[in-house]
Amino acid sequence: MANTTIIGAIADALRVAMRRDERVMILGEDVGVNGGVFRATEGLQEEFGEARVMDTPLAESAIIGASVGLAVNGMIPIAEIQFLAFVYPAYEQLVSHVARIRMRSQGRFTVPLVVRAPYGGGIRAPELHCDSPEVIFAHTPGLKVVVPSTPYDAKGLLLAAIADPDPVLFLEPMHIYRSFREEVPEEYYTVPIGKARLAQSGTDCSLFAWGAMLQVAMQGADMVRKTHGVSVEVIDLRTLSPLDRMAIRDSVLKTGRAVVLHEAPRNAGLGAEIVATINDLALDALMAPVIRVTGYDTPYPLFALEDVYVPDAARVAQGIMQAMNYEIGARL
Amino acid sequence: MSIDSIRVSLKEDHVSEDMLQRMYELMWTMRYMDRRSVAMQRQGRLGTYAPLEGQEAAQIGSALALRSQDFVFPSYREHGVAYVHGMPLERILLYWNGRYDGCIPPDGVNLFPVSVPIATQIPHATGAALAAKMRADDQIVVTYFGDGATSEGDFHEAMNFAAVADLPLIFFCQNNGYAISVPLRKQTKVKQIAQKAAAYGMEGITVDGNDVIEVYLAMRSAVEKAANGGGPTLLEAITYRIGSHTTADDASRYRDASEVEMWKARDPIARLEKVLRERDIFSDTWVKELRERAESVVNEAIVAMQSEPPVSLDQLFDYVYQDMPEELAMQKQTALLRQTKGVDGRG
Repeated sequence: MANTTIIGAIADALRVAMRRDERVMILGEDVGVNGGVFRATEGLQEEFGEARVMDTPLAESAIIGASVGLAVNGMIPIAEIQFLAFVYPAYEQLVSHVARIRMRSQGRFTVPLVVRAPYGGGIRAPELHCDSPEVIFAHTPGLKVVVPSTPYDAKGLLLAAIADPDPVLFLEPMHIYRSFREEVPEEYYTVPIGKARLAQSGTDCSLFAWGAMLQVAMQGADMVRKTHGVSVEVIDLRTLSPLDRMAIRDSVLKTGRAVVLHEAPRNAGLGAEIVATINDLALDALMAPVIRVTGYDTPYPLFALEDVYVPDAARVAQGIMQAMNYEIGARL
Repeated sequence: MSIDSIRVSLKEDHVSEDMLQRMYELMWTMRYMDRRSVAMQRQGRLGTYAPLEGQEAAQIGSALALRSQDFVFPSYREHGVAYVHGMPLERILLYWNGRYDGCIPPDGVNLFPVSVPIATQIPHATGAALAAKMRADDQIVVTYFGDGATSEGDFHEAMNFAAVADLPLIFFCQNNGYAISVPLRKQTKVKQIAQKAAAYGMEGITVDGNDVIEVYLAMRSAVEKAANGGGPTLLEAITYRIGSHTTADDASRYRDASEVEMWKARDPIARLEKVLRERDIFSDTWVKELRERAESVVNEAIVAMQSEPPVSLDQLFDYVYQDMPEELAMQKQTALLRQTKGVDGRG
């Protein structure tokens, strides 16, 4: 076991995967000598060489497009996009090709690609380093979208993504890259894609979150436990596509109330899909409307405003209490 | 002409008579298929179709220079390339009939499916060539695109990447003068697209794309160069699209009839015919037999295309992921019920 952070667990997963299978390679900007701007690939070029840990020209569409060619020609590429919002030039490659090649060729060609990208706010970064556009990719059939929130899951989910026969967007919550440590096995293991994690069991209200918002969810849950004695069940979704609908249903059937938390804007955010899932599968259990605690419907702001934008524990606590205090018929 | 765009000047003497006859038969096969396809679209028997008439030499000549292990990343007009590289005509037709069967080459045929968004297949070729180089096996990669594609970012990104990484790759541009209605002079300021290679430190070559022998020889040299570690080449074949962009387009809106007539006088099939006559290969009986053979191949493919069984719902649901997510499996069940019983209980 090693006591490590999320970024440490990611670096460890990359090393383990590259040692296990020589088809696995990394490509991206500054991933070589520099070890990535967050050091996720530190030391890897030294161990595996320039061919397998490749600094590419500064061209995101070429990074993803070339990854398609690498994948269909026998490699298992792991592409690093420096920040998720920098993937927009490669959006066409992702939605028009990466996501569709298995279907287009009816399985004759497949793209076992992992795209790693740090994302989310809270690090006082310049504009367009902090967007949370995960729903765009969750809305794209053919892609899987995974977000770890702990070091253990970061390693296990990344290794599962690398082993996955389909393309996976592996989104890394950079705000909590180094914010805490936990024991992580040194050997190879996987955490299944498509399964949510019960972060905290509770009986009064379900709280759904992922990535860096898990910390905020736990703080908000703790706050209402102390102030109002509310028992909150916190679910870490971990995979945003395909969603673990059964985990969402089971938790809401148990608690009868739900709050969804995300950094991304509210309008057409993934929260809406979770609300719809509850509507489909657990409507009869609901004792209150599902509450969304989200970013505002604005572009992610320059950092002087980010504390206003990003949901905090107080907003989460308020959302939970809104669900708890709801009276049936009060809105009629 | 710039230093970096050297026109190849080679003689047909390097090409065997068997190869000349093969070129002629393949070009005729594709022209016949092309004309039948346009006609079938008009009759409602085929979907929107992208015709290739006029570009047979660029396609057949270049594809004949490839080895079977070489990997082709086409755009959407390369039916001739696809056929020469091993794609059955029937499947090419099925693609234009809206069926995924047209995207599945037989095992061992290294042909990527048609890529619709302009230039987006070019970086795929760069990646495939990088994989070939890493494996150090005897495979080169070729990608096809038109003149319009050279204005796209993906063209630039992929060319630059391939040159930096010194990849076994041929960028084959069929410069047919138009991107739908926009002529080349509005697409680029350079006289020849091959000049663009200089900016990447890559060799750029322009050939007469209506001379099948010149295309073949230039391509053969580029393949040898790539296979021997000489790096990528931008090969520009100057040609002309005699028909419209697709059957949904009307080229008479933006091109003078006189221009089309001028290019018909440079017809690639008629030009090869001249060479064959000089060599006493061409005779009325020879050409009659050859055309009958080519036409029956096409006609059989059309019959086969038309007798394909109806498309299965499996094609819609089974290949989005390797393992179907639960929700998608439920949606498939619903769609199946709707298809078999006409009703269901789910929205």
